[in-house]
Amino acid sequence: MKTKKLINDGARAVDEMLVGVLAAHGKHLYAVDGSPRSIIAKDGPRPGKVGLVIGGGSGHEPTFLGFVGKGLADACAVGNVFASPPPDPIIECAKAASGGAGVLFMYGNYAGDVMNFDMAAEMLSMDDIEARTVLTTDDVASAPRDQRQKRRGVAGNFFIFKAAGAACDLMLSFDECERIARKANDATYTMGVALAPCSLPQTLRPNFDIGADEMEIGMGIHGEPGVQRDKLLPADQVVDDMLDRILAEMSPSRGDKVALLVNSLGSTPLMELYIMNRRVSQRLADIGVDIHATWVGNYCTSLEMAGASITMHHLDGELQTMLDHPCDCAMFRAG
Amino acid sequence: MTIDETTLKSMFSDIATAITADRDRLCALDGVIGDADHGIAMELGFNAARDAVAALGPEADPTAVLNTAAKAFLNAVGASSGPLYATAFMRAGAVAKGKAVLSDADFVEVFRAMAQGIRDRGKAEPGEKTMIDAWVPAAEAAAAASAGGASAAEAIDAAAKAADKGAEATKAMVAAKGRSARLGDRSIGHVDPGAASAVTVITAIAKSLSAAQA
Repeated sequence: MKTKKLINDGARAVDEMLVGVLAAHGKHLYAVDGSPRSIIAKDGPRPGKVGLVIGGGSGHEPTFLGFVGKGLADACAVGNVFASPPPDPIIECAKAASGGAGVLFMYGNYAGDVMNFDMAAEMLSMDDIEARTVLTTDDVASAPRDQRQKRRGVAGNFFIFKAAGAACDLMLSFDECERIARKANDATYTMGVALAPCSLPQTLRPNFDIGADEMEIGMGIHGEPGVQRDKLLPADQVVDDMLDRILAEMSPSRGDKVALLVNSLGSTPLMELYIMNRRVSQRLADIGVDIHATWVGNYCTSLEMAGASITMHHLDGELQTMLDHPCDCAMFRAG
Repeated sequence: MTIDETTLKSMFSDIATAITADRDRLCALDGVIGDADHGIAMELGFNAARDAVAALGPEADPTAVLNTAAKAFLNAVGASSGPLYATAFMRAGAVAKGKAVLSDADFVEVFRAMAQGIRDRGKAEPGEKTMIDAWVPAAEAAAAASAGGASAAEAIDAAAKAADKGAEATKAMVAAKGRSARLGDRSIGHVDPGAASAVTVITAIAKSLSAAQA
């Protein structure tokens, strides 16, 4: 049976979405002439500033294009649903974002994205634009701790891009922006749980099978199978399982500060996210960890997948400064 | 036989037809260990390549056809298959450079360059459960057949059979590259979708060549 979606044509879904995004957020965003998949921040790029280009497949909104704006990303290359953008729109983004101080590419660690962004970086070097890459690898479930560089990037992008965007906006050097981006990635940990699949606009079929009474811990944001499938448990027990995995790696000390993101993978409602957040905040209070700021809602989705993720961003003074730095994006504002 | 821009344009058209016919099977294979869109990406890419090369005039040489296909495929798809197949066609174009027509032996070299391009771009080795497990044995079989005096059509037919065997062998492999690598042992028992589509592509090339020869 086909799934139901409010679309006109699966093949045109991404482009029609972009027309709607620009209609709603023309104050913040524009598309490069002749390159409609290259979305640029109106007040972002400026001379002497490191340009921050993010991007990836569509279907994760507001990731990635919602985080384009002053103080965060300068540009976003938009791919097909769950598929990396090709090099051309990435190159156009880099040219628009470049202020002569270098361009930072930041995106989730997926084979397709790496190949396309690397090809774009090679081509840009011929135009004397230096692009450096910082991959996000925050998904704790996607590889063992000693293989952090193999992990995929998921909802933690939110904090990692935020830190890098602030560093760029503060006009820090290319080396400093890159260092802070890597540091933010190393300090960010996400665990997800999926309850029900999504379907792609072009297929209208569930992208994985899961029993009516089952959950899958660690599932990826493209429906990549996770690490463990169980009977669905009460929220507190699910949160405990997820938190235990995060805390085992983060190993915070009493008095440490974190920023929190409780994120819906698409169709899980705020009610359930706040129930989860209740448990998270209780658990952190029990171990004396201070929650500096919390975001709850749809920040990195997988179309209409049911499920949620918890991200912890382990703050020190520098990362807190970056987090608190103001930004003004189409779908996110802070400070 | 001689292979010119017309032969290559027909070849891209034939590959596109074969991939469209195979689209749903490829998506289903990908649904088991990936995100169920591989057939869509391949169809988008080869349709774009077919249309772009069809728009070239008769003055286009084989290199122009292959480079045009590369660019069209890449920009339509992105994803993983975009850079991999685009690199394959660009490398093929480089090998064909300066030749208005390709001999049977030239075409086998072009074919081998495609496999090498995919291997270099994806940095995958045989045994890691990727399309390389179809492309590498295919390139070796084509080279061996060509060295033994086979025509291009015969050599690529041998390549298609080797690719099929290679793809079948991915069932027993644990994914080590690409999205399915995160599955670990759970990828065992399933054919890699990229290897399966490689078989479709190579088989379509073989059929296209033998039809052109007839």
